[in-house]
Amino acid sequence: MNVKMKINGEPMTLDVPPNELLLDTLRTRLGLTGSKDVCRTGDCCACTVMLNGRAVNSCLMFTSEANGSDILTIEGLSQNEKLHPLQEAFIEEDATHCGYCTPGMIMSAYALLEENPNPTRKDVEEALAGNLCRCGTYYSAINAVLRASEKLKQKL
Amino acid sequence: MRATAPTFNYYTPRTVSETLNLIEKLKPVNVIAGGTDFVPAVRLKGFRPKHVVSLVNLRKELSYVIFKGGTVRIGALTRIRDAQRSVHLRKKATCLHEALSQIGSVQIRNMATIGGNLCNASPAADSAPPLLVLDASVEIVRKGGRRTIPLKDFFLGPGKTALRKGELLKGITFRPEAGTASSFQKLGRTRGEDISIATAAVLLKTDGSRISQARIALGSVAPIPTRAYESEKELVGKAASEAVLDSAATKAAEEAKPITDVRATGDYRRSAVKALVRQGLAQALERTRGGA
Repeated sequence: MNVKMKINGEPMTLDVPPNELLLDTLRTRLGLTGSKDVCRTGDCCACTVMLNGRAVNSCLMFTSEANGSDILTIEGLSQNEKLHPLQEAFIEEDATHCGYCTPGMIMSAYALLEENPNPTRKDVEEALAGNLCRCGTYYSAINAVLRASEKLKQKL
Repeated sequence: MRATAPTFNYYTPRTVSETLNLIEKLKPVNVIAGGTDFVPAVRLKGFRPKHVVSLVNLRKELSYVIFKGGTVRIGALTRIRDAQRSVHLRKKATCLHEALSQIGSVQIRNMATIGGNLCNASPAADSAPPLLVLDASVEIVRKGGRRTIPLKDFFLGPGKTALRKGELLKGITFRPEAGTASSFQKLGRTRGEDISIATAAVLLKTDGSRISQARIALGSVAPIPTRAYESEKELVGKAASEAVLDSAATKAAEEAKPITDVRATGDYRRSAVKALVRQGLAQALERTRGGA
């Protein structure tokens, strides 16, 4: 079936079987491998993308269900080769270890900062609660999100 | 694409009546709302649906939380996150708000719907015990008809509901009663955000120092989410002493019919029920006195 979507600002029409996962469409069909393929059960959130302004698990959604949607992946965050303040903050706080959970963490944080530019530490903890990190970077990731929120405010 | 699984016929009706025509006609048919349970069932657990009717185009119509004329109405396709944020539910159905806040992660709550949580009929559905103590009803529609039944009659077994061929859950209603206070208690492997090992929802009303109304519902400790009527009887008409609350909690643990599974043993669940009901009673009681 034909599915029309906008991915990272680019409109496209894809012919996909109705049972294809959005995660597979992004990674295999479009080569957008920033969204990570880990648990496929919605438990780890490494595949988090923004769908119409909400953070969702791309492993729990058929691409067919995203017809007409606007999708933002980690690849769409940087602008003109310049990293997004969240990406900068993750580097500055040394908030990645193996890095596999990082794109999902950043997309969850992006969703949070879009709806709440002044998050408390508790807000950040709630937003990242689904993102599992086996290296244990949680504290530095939370610090990075708080740092990014300061950076974004200074920009305004 | 990992394994190329056999696919299914996929339908995206634009209206409720179009949906009802389809689900009456197609056999066998599965209806997909948020998809957070359905998608892994298809992709990982080998479930092979033939016809899948997606409700994606009904979201606008069936996504709402309204409080009017003393009745709260929740559309079946209301996402958990949107329901969690409803001021009406936070104020008038505290236990439901607390339960919704602990379902899955933000990501899951952004996709999953309250109707899907009920129709999936998991014994561990976190929205069910609060809606049971709120004495909620479900609005069911079919081609050329509708019926409303109490939620307590909706669950028939794990994965089984009272929905008949061609029927669709359209919404949930309940009438919050003035002077009541409620609480939801959940035990998972981690605090919040996990499949429940056991849950308890408690709703109380007091008249002076006496308990005039008590409703208790348990989740994850029986084939269906269920009221603990014997435990409720221990409370009604009595002064809210420590001893009375203790004996109600003990009764609830006796009433539970937990199984042993990958998450916990039956004995552990029974002990958990006692603790959860006791905590829930204490908190609801505190709230009837205006405390948090």
